[in-house]
Amino acid sequence: MKIIEAFCIEHMFGEKRVLDDIHLSVDKGEILGLLGPSGAGKTTLIKILTGQLIQSGGRANLWGVDTRKLKGCDYKKIGIMMDHFGLYERLTCLDNLSMFSRIYGIPQNRVIEGLKDVGLAEAGKTRVKNLSKGMRSRLVLARALLARPEVLFLDEPASGLDPAAAEEIHQLIWQEKQRGTAIFLTTHNMAEAQKLCDRLALLFEGKLVEYGKPADICSKYNHQKQIRLLLHDGREMILPNTKESAKTIERYMEQERIETIHSTEPNLETVFMELTGRRLD
Amino acid sequence: MTANIMAVFQKQIKDTFQNKMVLIQFLIYPLLALVMEHTVEVPGMPERFFTNLFAVIYMGMAPLSSMSAIIAEEKELNTLRPLWMADVKPTEYLLGIGGSMGLLSIAGALLFALIGAYKERTGAFLIVMAAGILVSLLVGAVIGVWSRNQMMAASISIPVMMVFSFLPMLSMFNDKIGKWAEWIYTQQISNMLQHIDSLAVNIKSGVVLSCNLAAAMMAFIYAYRKKGLK
Repeated sequence: MKIIEAFCIEHMFGEKRVLDDIHLSVDKGEILGLLGPSGAGKTTLIKILTGQLIQSGGRANLWGVDTRKLKGCDYKKIGIMMDHFGLYERLTCLDNLSMFSRIYGIPQNRVIEGLKDVGLAEAGKTRVKNLSKGMRSRLVLARALLARPEVLFLDEPASGLDPAAAEEIHQLIWQEKQRGTAIFLTTHNMAEAQKLCDRLALLFEGKLVEYGKPADICSKYNHQKQIRLLLHDGREMILPNTKESAKTIERYMEQERIETIHSTEPNLETVFMELTGRRLD
Repeated sequence: MTANIMAVFQKQIKDTFQNKMVLIQFLIYPLLALVMEHTVEVPGMPERFFTNLFAVIYMGMAPLSSMSAIIAEEKELNTLRPLWMADVKPTEYLLGIGGSMGLLSIAGALLFALIGAYKERTGAFLIVMAAGILVSLLVGAVIGVWSRNQMMAASISIPVMMVFSFLPMLSMFNDKIGKWAEWIYTQQISNMLQHIDSLAVNIKSGVVLSCNLAAAMMAFIYAYRKKGLK
């Protein structure tokens, strides 16, 4: 079931075309990752998909409803975590979430659960101004998840977090996916994209330069088709992907000489560089 | 709708109690009135002179500056966007913020009523103050909606509230200023407070107050349509 759909989306800021002919879709329980450097149009696309911005052309749907015609009840099914979505600095974490629980008509115990889910149970009575960047991100995520949304938009969810905190966020995103939430996330982080996303869209200068499953994208740009062996004696061997190589590998395996064996398809960073001529960050 | 207004209202009350810069405005003027009323005594000075003087200054300043500062801060810190995405309407937001600031302003006015020992005229005093507070809240909302950030809100609201707050005081010393001040709501509130014991409905005061309220409402509608909150 398609939750998010974009057809021929284009957007202009004045004379500048920031999005051009964007097609994508996200199914129920699927995570779509949008990869692109700063200024590629990722946040603009999220704003269009959530009805915060009216596109110059094309059509965006949520549950088949044109995002330009979303109603109040539709918004309650959308969770958004964006960097520029502010928190009330002088209020505590609990107060920040309580306000939204009243708006959504959610019982207060869900607020406590929400804080627990993001690992902020102990920080409930801490004022936001005293939180670290990672804790703020988690609080914004807790707010986005509060109403148990059917679709979740996450703009750089683990940006600036230490590996442990990022892993916690990844776990939460994964749990939401298991619950059937359609998730649209933007990221700079290749490892995050490869680990979390069912499908990826690579955005560069407002255009989608590649779209598909991470493994398929990497395979598509695997021009060398080689296999890399690291032997117990420390030697490294690069073999072509041929029948002869298979025999060599079989022989080495029988002799128990292989330490590691890897295919050499490119990673997403390499694919992105090949497509755009520049690095993602 | 009521739930959204109440959520914003409760948030704002909690936030204001943590925001010393806003909170102090609701306390400093009653405190000044209390001190002056009990320390300064000039022969021939009208009864409750300092209470009325500071009540008018308070009414022109506290609701106006707090309303504009809160709206501008929310714009600056992007705390409004999550509200719109949670289907809170701008009118609900403004009613929630306005209601909370109105309540705190009335609580401050009650302190003046206690300082001035209005006793059986307390109700009349509060009604007169509430009318002025309403106009100040609307003017504050206009400035808040118009401003991009807190700095801009402060630079607009300071001269505006100086005019509203100090004109009644200056009009005591200068007849020309006094003539102009007659058309400002704070001057009419000041006049009404001075005659609170024998409060007869003064048509001119009522007309000026209504015109000021209508002008503030029109300015708000214009600012809201021009700039909006979304």
